[in-house]
This record gives sequence, C-alpha cells and structure tokens, in this order.
Amino acid sequence: MNILLLTPILAPLAAAALGAMLGWRRLSASVTVLAALSVLVSGAVLGFRVESGARFSVGHLLRADALSVTMLTVIGTVGTLATWASVGYINAELAHGHTDRKGANLYGVLVPIFLAAMALAVLANNIGVMWVAIEATTVATAFLVGHRRTRAALEATWKYVVICSVGIALAFLGTVLLYFASLHAGATSGNALDIDVLLTHAAALDPAVTRLAAGLLLLGYGAKAGLVPFHTWLADAHSQSPAPVSALMSGVLLSVAFSALLRVKSVVDLALGTGFLRTGLLIVGLLTVLIAASLLVVQTDFKRMLAYSSMENMGLVAVAAAAGTKLAIAALLLHVLAHGIGKALVFLAAGQLQAAHDSTAIAAVTGVLARSRVIGIAFAVGLAVLLGLPPFAMFASELSISRALASAHLGWALGVALLLMVIAFAALARNGSRMLLGPPDANSPAIAVPGSVAGALLTGIVLSLVLGLTAGPLSQLFRTAATLLGAVQ
Amino acid sequence: MTQATYNGVLNLAAGAFLLAAVLIVWRRELRAIVRLLAWQGIALAAIPLTEGIHQGDAALITVGVIVLLLRAIVLPLLLARAVGTEDHERRETTPLVNTTASLLITAALTVLAYGVTRPIIALDPSPATRAVPAAFAVILIAVFIMVSRRRALSQAVGFMMLDNGIAATAFLITAGVPFIVELGASLDVLFAVLVLGLLTGHMRRTFGGTDLDQLRELRD
Repeated sequence: MNILLLTPILAPLAAAALGAMLGWRRLSASVTVLAALSVLVSGAVLGFRVESGARFSVGHLLRADALSVTMLTVIGTVGTLATWASVGYINAELAHGHTDRKGANLYGVLVPIFLAAMALAVLANNIGVMWVAIEATTVATAFLVGHRRTRAALEATWKYVVICSVGIALAFLGTVLLYFASLHAGATSGNALDIDVLLTHAAALDPAVTRLAAGLLLLGYGAKAGLVPFHTWLADAHSQSPAPVSALMSGVLLSVAFSALLRVKSVVDLALGTGFLRTGLLIVGLLTVLIAASLLVVQTDFKRMLAYSSMENMGLVAVAAAAGTKLAIAALLLHVLAHGIGKALVFLAAGQLQAAHDSTAIAAVTGVLARSRVIGIAFAVGLAVLLGLPPFAMFASELSISRALASAHLGWALGVALLLMVIAFAALARNGSRMLLGPPDANSPAIAVPGSVAGALLTGIVLSLVLGLTAGPLSQLFRTAATLLGAVQ
Repeated sequence: MTQATYNGVLNLAAGAFLLAAVLIVWRRELRAIVRLLAWQGIALAAIPLTEGIHQGDAALITVGVIVLLLRAIVLPLLLARAVGTEDHERRETTPLVNTTASLLITAALTVLAYGVTRPIIALDPSPATRAVPAAFAVILIAVFIMVSRRRALSQAVGFMMLDNGIAATAFLITAGVPFIVELGASLDVLFAVLVLGLLTGHMRRTFGGTDLDQLRELRD
C-alpha cells in the first residue's frame, strides 16, 4: 500500500533528479513520460482498492480515497500526454532558437517537480500539507511560464507569481483559522489538520471562525483554480507558457486546486450546513462564466481563447459543486477528466500552430485541416470535446450537471449558466471553424508535427472517444467520491 | 517568566510588528523599507520565542529561532540584493496614493482588523489571542501596499509582509501550525521570494527598470 501512495510523488521526483544530472536528453525526457505514466498506473491500481474507504500511508500523512484516485487519473493521463509531446516540442524550440540548452535543462527538471507537487496535493491527508503542495506548484511553474524569456513571458510570470501567491496566502490564513477551530473542537495539535480528524470534529467547529476560514479558503484556492476575483493571471500565463505546460496548467492544475476546495467543502458543509459555501460557489462560479464568456467573444488570440474556455469550464464546475448532490459531484469529476484530455489536445495542437506561424493570432491561421491532417483533426476533436458535442464525455457531464441543478432548485442558476455557455459556444465554434476550415493561404507555412507530438495527439483522440462512449469503471469511482464528499441523494 | 512579563512582552512584540508595517507605508526609500522588514521579522520571531519560554516548550523555541533566521536575516538579504544600484531604482516612484492618504487608510484598515477578528477572540479570549488584531492589520496593510505601489520590489515586500502577518496570526492563536506544515510553508515562502528576486533582476535587464507600469503588453 505504501508503495502505491508514494509512487506518484517519488517517481516524478526521481525523473527530476535524473533530468538535473543528465540535462535535456532523450533518456531523461522518456523517464519523465514513464513517471507520469506511473502516476496513472498507481491511480488505477489504487482505484480497485479504495471502494471500501480511505487508505493511509506514512503515518496519516498521505491518504488515498476515491477523490485522490480520480485526481491521480487526471494528473497521470494529461501528464503522460503533455510530457510525451514535450520531447518533440522542446527539441523544435531548441532547433528554432526559441530556447537554449540551459532553458531546456530547466524545463526537464521543473515539469516533473510540477507533477510531483500536484500528486502530493491530491494525496495529502493533512490540509496544511495540501496547501504547501499547491503553493509549490506556483514556484515550480514560475520559470516554466517564463520559459521563452520574452518581455511578454516575463510580464505573465510576474503577474502569475504575485497574484497566485497572494491568493494562496489567503488560503493559508483560512487553513490556520480552521486549525484554531479544530483545536477548540477537541482535536489534538498533531493531527488537527488531518482530513479524517476534521471530518469527525466538524460538527463541533465554531461556526463564526469556520465561516471566516471558509471564505478565505474559497478565495484562495479559487485564485489557483482560475475563479474570480483572482483570475487575472490565467489568460496571460496560459498564453505565454510552452504548449505542454499550458496543457498541464489548464487541464490539471486548475482542477487539482478545485479538488482542494472540494475537500475543504466536505468539512465546512458539516460545520455550517451546505448553504454558506453554496452561495459563495454560485456567486464566484457564475461571475467566472460571465467574464470568460464575454472575453471569449472579443478574443483574437487562440491561446488566450483556450485559456478563457478553461475559465468557463472551471466556473461551471464551481456551479456544479454548489448544487452538491451526488449526481452533480460525479458529473463534475467526469467533466474535469474529459476537459483535461480535451484541453491537452487543443493546447498541444495550438503549440504546433504557434511554432509554424510564429504567432498566436486567430487571423493568422486558416485551413489547418487541409494543411496538416494530424494537427487539424486533433484540434477539431479537442474543440468538439470542449464544445460538449456528442459523443464526447462533456456532453454527458454537462447534461448531468444541468439535471442536478434543476433538481437542486437552482433553476435560475442553470438558466444563467446555459445562456452564458451558449455565448461561449458560439464564440469558440466561430473562431475554431475559421482556423480549421477554409482554403489554406497559398503562402502559409508548413505545420511541422514531431513524432512524439503526433503520438500524444493520437492517444488523446482515442482516449476522448473511449471516455465519451463509456466511462466504464470510472463512473462507479466518481459516485464513490461523491458519497465520500458528503453529497446527498 | 511571570504572567505579567509574558503579557507585556507579547503585547510589545505585536505592537512593534504593527508599527513596522505602518513605517513601511510611510517610507519611500527601498533600502529603508527592506531594513524595516527585517525589524518586523524580529518582532515576529519574538512571539513564538516568548510563548516557548513561557510554556517551557523547546519545539516552539526552535521554530522561533528558525523564524528569526529566515524572516529577519535571509529573506531581507535576498530582497536587499534585488534593490537596484541606480539612483532612480532605489526609491519608490510617485505612488498611486500619497503618503498622508496612505497613513489614513492604514488606520482605517487597523480598525477593520479589530472588527474582523472578533469571532476569533470570542472563541478563545487568552492574552495571545487578544493581540491577533495587530496581525490581521498587517495582513490588510500588506495587501494595500501590493495594490498601491509601483515598483516590483515593493510588491515583493508586500508579499513578505502578508506572509509575516499570517505567520503571526498562527503563532498568536494556535502557538504555530504543526511542524511539518510550518517547515513546508517556510520553504515555499523562501522559494517564492527567491523567484520574485530573480524576476526583478530579469525585469531590470529586459525593461531597463522595475516600474510595474511597463507591464502592459498582455491585455484583452
């Protein structure tokens, strides 16, 4: 049991150490892919063993339950695709002189550290350690966002580090207040922040202090999940990062931060009832969808467009969490996984488009389907996933979230969200079809597709299709996670 | 240590902690600001040291010594290195809010901190918890500094002050978070400040200065 919980953290760290020793080489890059794959495999094996409840390791420091397994699956899947594509992406960046040997070496070390920090965040049983891991992702990704070292990349890095650090500092203050309340509810100082201990003492937590803590935790982890009011870093960072890092940040990091919020919510709901965080999540979620939809309409940059689509989806996830029923939480988790794979597809394809055109302007790119079959189809499939078209999984998850909202008497929220999603849908579909269809310009550059990028994209397409046709044993896992988080019905 | 001395020292530390924040709002010279931040670090470390000595808790004294090393010496040194050598780099440029208004806002934020912390004091009215409004005031003042100053380094100082305020809150209300969390959080802050210092250097080389008004390329 110990090994399975430690592998997702230690394997990427070992890959980082190898990367530090060897520098950017085919061997160290391949070991990183294997490390990401091992996160997925440990998640899958753990998945069969957590049906009965949580498992612990290293004392009570680490914990595996249905939610951690779900998140490990997301990290492992998107991580494997992104690190695989990184091989070809970074080699091309080196060949074009967009980065140097030193930059590539740093990339090879920081990406696996980033993966390890996310794995620790979802496996931590102590919410203080969970916080440390999420803040560590900010530090690890700072120089990944600034990888290209241009003025714009530097600007994006500064905003990213400052805004996320402040946001996440608020979450730490919330954690401290929760610790204070937990101590006064009878927990002992050594384990008062452990999730299982917090859950058993939840009913005795002081309501006034817990309310203050919950507000700070919502704002803090919301910052990292791309929710208002600290969302302003998101589009800048996603648009400046190297494509595989954008895929990881958008597809995984946002949802890992949100899963931290789900953990906290299960405790707060027991202490305060579901009303407090429901109101908070509804306000924050709907405002996020509103901002994302309005900025999608006026977008002229395709990487920023994808970033705002991530914000839109995180807003929807927050609204689903507000509904809080079993159906809503299970649908939310499916949504997160499907969104992760879909976002990996579009960002990895967008990276090759950016490399070919040396620009991220939507207007610069036309006729991608006719010019490169792999990139065109991958981008089209990714967009179809994000648009929630059948047979892809986000069709099912969005339908379930709508049903859950309706049955939770949140019809008005459903109405607002649907209206905004239609606007976002139209903007995304219009820009996407402008890029994909149409006759290619006579002098448009050739789109290079390195082997590893093609491999990752094809795998992503297959995974999206499979997940759309059947969630298989995953749906049971999602339901177990929902029950675990205290969802009713 | 008698109860009276303990109360006195604790209140003195919390007062000095808040005073350092107010002086940082008042000063414009970046080197002076970093020096004040080191003094604030000493006041912060005094809280766990006093509590540790009062309760005879060796672990808390150890934490206090680590806090002293990190927040009064290592982090201020890192920031001092990031202050530029050119004259125009060593002062905060004309701020968005003038000094008088800034000090008035600081006073208002301190009053607000007393209001916000009432539920915390109600739950545990011990002498240490009664000092928590000072820590919350520093948190609010730090956020104010981050939004009103225009130098990269001032934002880094604001971030460190925010962190000092949160650490002080933790020491005052719970005698510190569990050791492993304290260790991880300290490491994170150390790395975050390192990253901000390095970025300030990059910014000076790329933009020829650290005025954050130059960051206006990315917008919708």
